[in-house]
Amino acid sequence: MGLLDKLDTPMESGNVLITGMETLFNWARLSSLWQMGFGLACCAIEMMAASASHYDMMRFGVIPRPSPRQSDIMIISGTVTLKMASRVKILYEQMPDPKYIISMGSCSNCGGPYWEHGYHVLKGVDRVIPVDVYVPGCPPRPEALLEGLMKLQEKVRKQSLSHA
Amino acid sequence: MDQTAILERLQAAFGDQIGDWHEMKGSAYATKFGSYLDVKNVDYLRDVCLYMRDQPELQFDNLMLLSTVDNGDKTLSAVYHLESTILRHIFALKVTVSVDLARVPSVTNIWTSANWHEREGWDMMGIEFVGHPDLRRILLDEDYPGHPLRKDFKTPEYYHGMKVPY
Repeated sequence: MGLLDKLDTPMESGNVLITGMETLFNWARLSSLWQMGFGLACCAIEMMAASASHYDMMRFGVIPRPSPRQSDIMIISGTVTLKMASRVKILYEQMPDPKYIISMGSCSNCGGPYWEHGYHVLKGVDRVIPVDVYVPGCPPRPEALLEGLMKLQEKVRKQSLSHA
Repeated sequence: MDQTAILERLQAAFGDQIGDWHEMKGSAYATKFGSYLDVKNVDYLRDVCLYMRDQPELQFDNLMLLSTVDNGDKTLSAVYHLESTILRHIFALKVTVSVDLARVPSVTNIWTSANWHEREGWDMMGIEFVGHPDLRRILLDEDYPGHPLRKDFKTPEYYHGMKVPY
């Protein structure tokens, strides 16, 4: 007996699930948040640790991509200098919608230790691009980044396809 | 060769063009790395450097560090830490120029390692190293306003439409 035969009695066979379209789409999106392979400073080391086998960010569906065109999230991992800020903005604009930003670490949240004398540092990446989740720490441990990622997944889960 | 002997040779060769010897008091380490010789006439800097590199008993073949200082009294300094990897001795030179005419001859074609150090000196302190083959900023953007390690530097309010102060 093939699968098609069981479609006549979906409730009894246990092979068919019924769900809302929004729930299904959001579940699919939050389970494959492809990440832009992109690091700025020391936070990038922790981000790489989160991607490596001990913390294994890939179990959440986060796969580093080499191009902004294939990415869903960008983790701003480190100090955003004024020189880098315009590049970050270009990369953000090159990402297809829907796109999400995780700001990782104090520098990218608010300027961090450079807040007063950082003549070359942007005091928070939210001055050039919108941020969905802020992860505090200097640098945050991989667990903290994973929690930030799970917060973002919760946000994606609650989103609506019909109105923004 | 110890630093006093090197100093005597330089004084014998250049006389009034070089100035005072500043010996740092303290540990042997501080004296070795903190003492320096003022090169009074900045036009003679290259001659002094070439002499120190090429004399068989000096042979300063390595420029360990080229750093810049804002002295806070409208003068800027460039400090050259030299080492002979063959004869195992070190020596430091210092030249001082006015903020308004911050021009120092480049030593890039004497020691190639000076290339990026001089670009950093230009970027951060605004000292123009005359004769440098490629004097561009090394860290900041080309259109960044001013040289940030100068005492009179003011952080810009906006840069390319981005607010800079906290």
